[in-house]
Amino acid sequence: MSRYIPNREEHRRRMLDEIGVDSFEDLLKPIPDEYMLKGELSLPPALSELELQRDMAVITSRDTGADHICFLGGGAYDHFVPSAIDHILLRSEFFTAYTPYQAEVSQGTLHAIFEYQTMISRLTGMEMANASVYDGATAAAEACLMALRVTRKNRILIAGSMNPRWARVIRTYLDREGFEINEIPFLENGLLDLDAASSLTEGGAAALLVQYPDYFGLIQDIEPMAELIHSAGGLLIAAADPVALPLLRSPGDAGADIVVGEGQSMGLPLSYGGPFAGFMSSKLKYARKMPGRIIGRTVDRAGETGYVLTLQTREQHIRREKATSNICTNQALMALANAVYLSLTGEQGFREISTQCFQKSHYLYSGLIGIEGVEPVFGNTPFFREFTLRFPVSSVEILQKLAEMSILAGLPLQELGEGVMLITATEKRTKEEMDAYINAVASICDVEVSR
Amino acid sequence: MKTVFSMSSSGRMGVSLPALDVPPSAELPEGLERESGSIGLPEVTEGQVMRHFIELSNANHHVDKGMYPLGSCTMKYNPRQNEDIARMPGLAGLHPLSPDAMAQGTLELMHRLSGYLCEITGFEAITLQPAAGAQGEFCGLMLITSYHRDRGEGHRNEVLMPDSAHGTNPATSTLAGCKVIGVSSNDRGEVDPEDLRRKVGPNTAAFMLTNPNTLGLFESKIGELTSIVHEAGGLNYMDGANMNALLGVARPGDMGFDVCHLNLHKTFGTPHGGGGPGSGPVACISDLERYLPDSIVSKDSDGRYFLQKPDRSFGRLLAFHGNVGVLYRAYAYIRTLGADGLCEVTENALINANYLKEKLKGIFELPFDDGPCMHEFVLSGDRQLEKGVKTLDIAKRLLDYGFHAPTIYFPLIVHEAMMIEPTETEGIEDLDSFIAAMESIAREVEEKPHLVTDAPVNTPVLRLDEVAAVKELCIVEPRVEE
Repeated sequence: MSRYIPNREEHRRRMLDEIGVDSFEDLLKPIPDEYMLKGELSLPPALSELELQRDMAVITSRDTGADHICFLGGGAYDHFVPSAIDHILLRSEFFTAYTPYQAEVSQGTLHAIFEYQTMISRLTGMEMANASVYDGATAAAEACLMALRVTRKNRILIAGSMNPRWARVIRTYLDREGFEINEIPFLENGLLDLDAASSLTEGGAAALLVQYPDYFGLIQDIEPMAELIHSAGGLLIAAADPVALPLLRSPGDAGADIVVGEGQSMGLPLSYGGPFAGFMSSKLKYARKMPGRIIGRTVDRAGETGYVLTLQTREQHIRREKATSNICTNQALMALANAVYLSLTGEQGFREISTQCFQKSHYLYSGLIGIEGVEPVFGNTPFFREFTLRFPVSSVEILQKLAEMSILAGLPLQELGEGVMLITATEKRTKEEMDAYINAVASICDVEVSR
Repeated sequence: MKTVFSMSSSGRMGVSLPALDVPPSAELPEGLERESGSIGLPEVTEGQVMRHFIELSNANHHVDKGMYPLGSCTMKYNPRQNEDIARMPGLAGLHPLSPDAMAQGTLELMHRLSGYLCEITGFEAITLQPAAGAQGEFCGLMLITSYHRDRGEGHRNEVLMPDSAHGTNPATSTLAGCKVIGVSSNDRGEVDPEDLRRKVGPNTAAFMLTNPNTLGLFESKIGELTSIVHEAGGLNYMDGANMNALLGVARPGDMGFDVCHLNLHKTFGTPHGGGGPGSGPVACISDLERYLPDSIVSKDSDGRYFLQKPDRSFGRLLAFHGNVGVLYRAYAYIRTLGADGLCEVTENALINANYLKEKLKGIFELPFDDGPCMHEFVLSGDRQLEKGVKTLDIAKRLLDYGFHAPTIYFPLIVHEAMMIEPTETEGIEDLDSFIAAMESIAREVEEKPHLVTDAPVNTPVLRLDEVAAVKELCIVEPRVEE
């Protein structure tokens, strides 16, 4: 007898009488007998709330990584999440509501997402934003498809310094006949090879997709890329890290046409990678080619301001096979979290968080490259929050030794060689934690040198 | 209602941070710096933020306020314990690139959930990665096209589906590079096997079907339909949006389907969040397992869990492993109900739907009335249209009575459609209130139709002008120039 089901035997009896059948089994008559499940589902026995709590406590205690000091990034970041956000997300009015198709009883969600769209547009330097897609990687993939629609060309150029997981999602979404993807190589200093990019744009391309800052944390001026791709008749898509944007020139200002990114850094817990939220913003002239839901402001019959889902003729429930995307359910609650986060941190707080990430990652970087044998992989190229180092010992050794101190040291980048790691320091990391990291690496490397 | 931007005053802040504890020695490269104070984010206090968003929240309908009879959306109660479970520190603080050895708890949970969902659907393999039903559909079609390609039949690019299909089905087919071929429904509202037989052929990649279909009817010829497709060399995909009708009763894997997605945010009680996040795991037959997106959770002989890329994986759908927080909630839901509880879900969902259908069919037209429905049914507002009242008006009037509207104008094969799904978490008293509201509205249509066409009037705003929203497009707050 489930605590979620109000009807008891007497109610069911009364309802079956009204329906005019003898039993529940009579309602199953449309199902041919051969397809009826014989016997019971083989599932573990039901647990009470208390038993389930105990079960979950045991399971989640095995997630030892969750209480480590996190220097791991690569697309998900350990930022501070203010308490107020979850208090708003836990309002039934928001989290148990459906998609706002009935606008008159969904003004809360619609109004909040309108504000989210505004904040994202301002942050990226664009003129509009949609109401979110699944994550940053699918936002980038959808942006590529959008550029293919806008330009009616069939080729996309992707920076080689793109997050490889994102690149794989993009390749999956574009894996069909008629589309081509070319990769732009990067130089020894990690910056994109503009000569190679220039020759790749010959013959025209729908878009150039660049990450800003890139997968290795490197900051590159994207304006030259905007000029290159525009002269080839294509669009510049910037996959931007929102936390860097309070400090960095906005992608829109640098000439980007579409700006996408991952919203996890703006108030969402790590949650082993989801739910996160992808944001998508663009110039207003591409609004009709944008995938996903868009909230618009309008008036009601009395002339009062209100909000509705708009430009719906782009979407799957109206256009079906001609829709701009198949997306229906998005990450609305996560977009709401982003809006609350940006409201709480605001103009000054968000810049302060960005500054602290920038300064702290440089402190850690300086301490580590001061150790004999530890080298930056990309020379003096400027970076934000995340950097790439080559250690004189294996990544495995670094990871293991630091794990003993409850530190998640970073992400090994095997593809760049043995001992190469991507290391992140957010505003949450303290000087003490970073000094412990530096001292541990120093002692590992010292032992190595004396060996 | 005011916007948060209008409450902004320079110098206010809603967050406090520790002082920077390292020397601020690093400098940004010249020319790439953004001017301080130039973004246009609001400056408000924490209290103002709370008041603002709580005021907004009060303008929402939601499951804890009242019924959502939305067909094909399965708006059931969202258990509170599941919210707490998804927020346990073991998950919330776990980085997705943590070494497998440090994520054994979450990996075990994902492994267990995979097993439960395979058992419920009758399949051998599964991915938990898709973020929503539509992405599950994309995943399913990628599995199917990869399979054909590997067998030297990469030319198979036609996806068949009935005219009653969800909009995501044709949109997904396009995304997967396939062509949509429509199949007719017969006068009983089911797929016409003869038409399917005419439409299959050497180019058939897949047949996509929602079962029970979007009229709430079980496809009684399902075995024949799936056989027709198999004989033509195609594979069968089930859109599992309506799985709430089948828990513990029948399994897609036993009906000749080869792939099926589930909507955890429908069938398994996870919240809709005002439009997301969802989760759309895809279960399949063992022949398709090797094409699943990387990575899937496996267990080694020592009982350790690890992530593994299937050998012929078609790619990735998300940067990481799926909406794992949603998976936690679904796990908790299944553990709470067990096999008996899941059967009880379906039993009550079906009885509730048939009760509503029986009570409402005298008042509204019921175009497909051939025995019991499953978990939902579709009425037509044609009789009311004769009085000049559209289904849209009826939907808006329901808002005045404190109910959400049904799914309207879908499926497309029913004129002035109202698709109603009560779910099992509504009790007989709730259903009777809904019936009374529908009866009352039907009377208003006869006696005072303007009450219906003027609706809603008891809502935070009156009927909104969607045409004006498109014409005078305003999708961001304009900046106030200083």
